[in-house]
Parts: sequence; structure tokens; C-alpha cells
Amino acid sequence: MRLTLTVNGSEYTRDIEPRLLLIHFLRDDLGLTGSHWGCDTSNCGACVVWLDETPVKSCTVLAVMADGRRVRTVEGLARDGELDPVQRGFTECHGLQCGFCTPGMMLTARWLLDRNPDPTEADVREAISGQVCRCTGYENIVRAVLWAAREGGAG
Amino acid sequence: MQVPAQVEYERATSVEHALTLLARYGPEARILAGGHSLIPMMKLRLAQPEVLIDINGLTTLCYINLSGAQLHIGTLTRHAELLASRIAGEHFAILHDAERVIADPIVRNWGTVGGSLCQADPSEDLSAAFAAMKGTMVIQGLTGTREVSAREFHTGPYETVVGPAELLTEIRLPIRAGGGSGYQKVSRRAGDWPVGAAGAAIWLADGLVADAGIGLAALGATHFVAAEAEEYLRGRPATEENLQRAGEIAAANCHPVSDQRGPADYKRHLAGELTTRVLRVAVGRARGETVPRSASCDSR
Repeated sequence: MRLTLTVNGSEYTRDIEPRLLLIHFLRDDLGLTGSHWGCDTSNCGACVVWLDETPVKSCTVLAVMADGRRVRTVEGLARDGELDPVQRGFTECHGLQCGFCTPGMMLTARWLLDRNPDPTEADVREAISGQVCRCTGYENIVRAVLWAAREGGAG
Repeated sequence: MQVPAQVEYERATSVEHALTLLARYGPEARILAGGHSLIPMMKLRLAQPEVLIDINGLTTLCYINLSGAQLHIGTLTRHAELLASRIAGEHFAILHDAERVIADPIVRNWGTVGGSLCQADPSEDLSAAFAAMKGTMVIQGLTGTREVSAREFHTGPYETVVGPAELLTEIRLPIRAGGGSGYQKVSRRAGDWPVGAAGAAIWLADGLVADAGIGLAALGATHFVAAEAEEYLRGRPATEENLQRAGEIAAANCHPVSDQRGPADYKRHLAGELTTRVLRVAVGRARGETVPRSASCDSR
């Protein structure tokens, strides 16, 4: 069936099968491989992208459910060649090692900071509680998000 | 790699349209709301519908509002919206307690209240919460609507009274004077299903428990309800001794099963302990006391 949606500000129209998952559409049909395909069970959060104004786990959303909506992926975080403060925070604070969870973590962090520009450490931990990192023990991810809140200004 | 089997897809443009589509396709059609239970089941072939009827465009089912002495919740309301609703939290603290420990913030953005209830998982938190609050479910069919008690909504694991060409459209919770409520859950890790969970609502009058509602999730309680413990409390003073006794009665009358989340005897212990704890919270709130959040939600 016909799917039209906006991804990172660009409109795309494709013919797809209804059973196609949003994560596979983004990676395989649009070539946006920044979003990672992880556990496939909505537990790990590697596939988090924004659907309109909120992050969702795109392994558990059908691509057709995004018809007429806006999707934002990690490729859409930077603006006009400037890294998002969250991306700078992950750089400054060594917020990643292998990088598999990072795109989803950063998209959730951006969402948190848009709604709560001055979060506590507990707020950050709650926000990312549905996402799994097996490298950092979360410490540096939390530091990175708090750095972005403190140093980054508005996203 | 897990992908759903081939399926047809229809997008409903109104409740009536959704009902017409359900009637046309029959029992092989499934309603697609948030999809956070259905899509994983389709990946595993535990569900293999021939047609999905997507109701995500039905914004008329997204609302939380007061109507007379009732709170009305549209079934396409996302979990995150219920958690953010000031009006829901003000009248039913149990709803915010429960929503804080349902899945995780990202899943809550897309999963829906109605979807959780219709999935009818025996571990589902809102089913216990609405049972405790003695809510009413509004079910719409092509010929009209009917109301069913939240306590009669589930007919068994993954089964409800919603018929093949019907849609759960609204949950109604009565607002009664002297009420307080709370919800507590023990889970193995953040975002997991409960090992056990309990919700309680208490209505006080003249220093006595005028009425009580106790819902249990994942603990093998019939219709999610600890009816014997409720009956014990009715008409008695809300003393610590009575709340403990109610917990013991709830534990004795539920039927938890051993699984990967824990052995049955541990779950039975949880049923008693969580019931007593959450009754304390509900009584405190009914008396207008400020109950710290740490005492009112998961202590994981």
C-alpha cells in the first residue's frame, strides 16, 4: 500500500507491505541506518525514533502507522551542520562505547530536555529506563544528558 | 529476525467505520491501537489476524474528562497521557501510581489504555486498578452501546466480553466522597511485568470503611479482585490490625502460579504484603494525608 510520511523534514512516498515494521522501512527502504534494530521485542530501545512529537520504539510500530506523520531519526538531530547539544554531551562525557544504543538514547534525551530543560539525575534515569546499554553502566550516558542540559542551551 | 506474517490493513475513519470493518471481516480481524501487545504477538505468531483495523486516527477516543461525578477515559488515550493528566491524578492517585510502573516511558508514549485492557493479560496493571476503582467499561457495537462492570470485563486470560463486532470506547470511574487509592508493584527490573501488584481504593465514612476495592495483578485473583478482603474491611475501622488482616485474607484467597518471575509461595506472600501496604496508602490519602511518592509506588 501507499505510504507518505516526512522523515527529518523530507517527504517520502513508497509502496510497502502493511506488515513492514517502521525500523525496517527506515533502514532498508530509506537507507537511514542510524536507527538500530536490536531486541525486536520493544525492550532495548535501540530503535527509538520520534513519531510526531514523541519517541517510540520503531520495532513495534508498523510503517503504515506513520502514514501522514513526521518521523525524526538520529540523522535529524543536528541542525544546519551544528551537532545537537545532546550529541556534544555524548562526545564530551564519553557517553558511548560500542554505540549501538546511542541513537535511541540521544533521541530520548532530546525529548526529555525539550520538556524538562533542567532535569535531575533521577529524571534522566527515568527517561532512559526503557533503553538498554551494555557498555557504560549508564553513568556516562546520564552525565552526557546532564552536560547537554547544563552547557548546551536550547536544542 | 521477527516480522509479522502477511496481513491486510484498513484504516478506520470513525468508530462506526471501525465497527463496520469489524463486522465485515469477522473474527479474523483485530483492532490495532498502540500495537505494543499485538505486534509482538504477531511476530511470534501467537496472533495471526488476517486484517488489522487501525484506529489510531480516531482522536474522538482520546480524552480524559469529568462528567458529573465520574471520570471518563477514552480508550485510545495513551498511557503517557493518563500519567500526565492532572484531573486523573487528583481524583484517582491509583492511576498515576500504576502508570508510573507500566512498561517504560517510551512504550507509554504509544501504548493505549484500551489496548492494555483488551489484551487482557493476567498481569496487566490497569485491569487491577480499574477493578479496584469499581469502574465501568463502555462497549460500542453497531446497534448501540452497553456498559459492563470492570469486574466482569475479563472472562479469562487474554479474553474479554467484547464481541467480534464491538469496540471498547470508554472507561468510567465513579468519584465518591471520602475516597483514597494507591497502587504498588514488585517487578524484577524497570519496565518489566509485575511479579505481583496490588491496587486499593478505600472510602471512609464516620471513621469506618464504607467501601473498599482491592485489585491484584499477576497473582491469580478471580477477575483481578480480592473480594474476600474487601468484604472483611467493609464496616470496620481502618486500623493497622484490620489492614494487615485484609492482606492475609487476600493472600489466602488468590491463586498465583510459579513461573520465571517467582514461585507461587513468594507471590502469595507478595499478595498479602502489597495489599496491606497499598491499603495503608489508600487510607492515608482518604484521610487527606500526604503520602510520600516513595511509599506509593514501586520500590525497585
